[in-house]
Amino acid sequence: MNEKELKVLAANIRLETLKVIHSRGFGHVGGSMDLADLMAVLYGSVMKFDPKNPRWPDRDWLVLSKGHAGPVAYATFGLMGFYPLEEAYTLNQPHTKFPSHTDRKLTPGVDLTTGSLGQGASTATGAALGNKIDGRDNHVFCVIGDGEADEGQVWEAFHFAYAHKLDNIVYFIDNNGYQLDGATKDILDHGSLAKKAEGFGLYVQEIDGHDVKAIYGAIQNAFAKKGVPSCIVLDTIKGKGATFAEPKHEHSSQPKEEQWQEALAAAEKAFADAKNA
Amino acid sequence: MSVNLIGKHEKDSRAARDAVALTLDEMMGKDKDICYLDCDLMGCINTKRLQQHYPDRAFQAGIAEGNAAGVAAGLAATGKKVFFHSFGTFSSRRCYDQIYMSAAYAGLPVHVLASDPGVTAAFNGGTHMPLEDAAMYLSIPDAVVTDPCDYDQLACVTRQLPNITSGVTFTRFPRKDIIRVYGDGSEFPIGKGIVLHETDNDAATIITSGIMVDESLKAWEALAAEGIAVRVIDMFTWKPLDAELVVKAAKETGAIVTAENHNVTCGLGSVVANCLAKNCPTPQEFVGVQDAFGQVGPQNFLMDEYGLRAANITEAVKKAVARK
Repeated sequence: MNEKELKVLAANIRLETLKVIHSRGFGHVGGSMDLADLMAVLYGSVMKFDPKNPRWPDRDWLVLSKGHAGPVAYATFGLMGFYPLEEAYTLNQPHTKFPSHTDRKLTPGVDLTTGSLGQGASTATGAALGNKIDGRDNHVFCVIGDGEADEGQVWEAFHFAYAHKLDNIVYFIDNNGYQLDGATKDILDHGSLAKKAEGFGLYVQEIDGHDVKAIYGAIQNAFAKKGVPSCIVLDTIKGKGATFAEPKHEHSSQPKEEQWQEALAAAEKAFADAKNA
Repeated sequence: MSVNLIGKHEKDSRAARDAVALTLDEMMGKDKDICYLDCDLMGCINTKRLQQHYPDRAFQAGIAEGNAAGVAAGLAATGKKVFFHSFGTFSSRRCYDQIYMSAAYAGLPVHVLASDPGVTAAFNGGTHMPLEDAAMYLSIPDAVVTDPCDYDQLACVTRQLPNITSGVTFTRFPRKDIIRVYGDGSEFPIGKGIVLHETDNDAATIITSGIMVDESLKAWEALAAEGIAVRVIDMFTWKPLDAELVVKAAKETGAIVTAENHNVTCGLGSVVANCLAKNCPTPQEFVGVQDAFGQVGPQNFLMDEYGLRAANITEAVKKAVARK
């Protein structure tokens, strides 16, 4: 996809993510919306996948270690044809295939189960190791929240990936600056996540997480770097594109219906504008 | 199932850990999908050999058990049959959330090898003495929990583990000394208890596993000398429990004693009691660690200290019989 097509896809993912969460009325809007541009680049231009065969062994893997971003994955997978998008409007209903946090046993396209923060970093690393053992020419993409990076397990996973020279994994840190109780710098200040990841031996790039061209370029740089795992710090805005969530950096949202309608209309307009740009 | 009981209370000339290390070595040679992960304790169970023989499939995860458990689950997601070792404490409570969510909840089988259960942690002391390890795994749906008593039994269990794909497995075993309970050619299907002694006139049944099997056999001898016949069952699989055998023994003997190298509040005794309460309420006495923390010392001292001796079992049998 070219840059314009990726922007259109990102806007479409934002709109559909809102629709998925709106179907239940509440959910993790903030940390889902800010990943739309990354998901557009991954599924529009980078990843190998087969919607008819989600467990195709040579596919690229996506692990949303910040499992609460499930809705952005459900919207993306629906748009990519893993299932009819409307199925995801059962989000968090009894016996749904679309739970708040991603579950490999339930949702086509979900490669590993996440929810307890920090754990997806390790399982993604294990998947990269398994693919390497089998000599597969594929990649594992793992998305970690900046709040999630409070968990020591994230850094244990980086340590392991560095020591085992796993150059078939790319970790993204969604650096939106906020977690449930407030700003990450106020909860437990990280200092520089990029410098920390560098200290763990990873090849680190820090970019605007809403710039599809920059995301694509950084992933290509990561692919070119041999012998070390990569980390791409995405500077993002929590809730990006959700009119009720973005100004407040909300982790989870339960807006009134009129606020939903306002947000959906804005997302529809952003989608139309992207197409007409 | 064929079992050849020796039961002469003699130490095996082989170290228990080799039942795991040598068996895995052989298995990895035949099955290219088997992987092994350790947390800086390869030297303790003689599995450096796996790294030497299969450097592309045997890995160090360092002293980071939570990550190691997650890596194991990720490997399993790519179709690998994964064995993961650490001491019993660190392969249970140190990585429980990872085992529970990343592996079990996610439907990814990981085979956990937990060395030095209960008092066999001896000189590593209370900080390293797992008396609640099995309890944690018993709480995981579809998990398989075993506590083998003998070198050949441990090797046989190890060989069966990769065939289990329905859930995580947890195998507790001592590293060093182990009593030879069984002779060559014995088979131990996971999930089946083994009746070591029985008569038509048994006054009670001792249900046991691991290091307590030998103590139970000594108790059987002491009781026999007093003219009391008891049944002895090696219940090396704690989960899934051989409920049929437990209920049969309860119905036929009317009194149960469980003997385990674990906290009695949440181990073998508890799963047996759970089964009996539901199917055949029966007087039961619980030999094991009585809701206490571990401590440092020689294994013999610890077995005395926590009441894990044949004498404790014979006393418990008499109590249980008196409650009939």
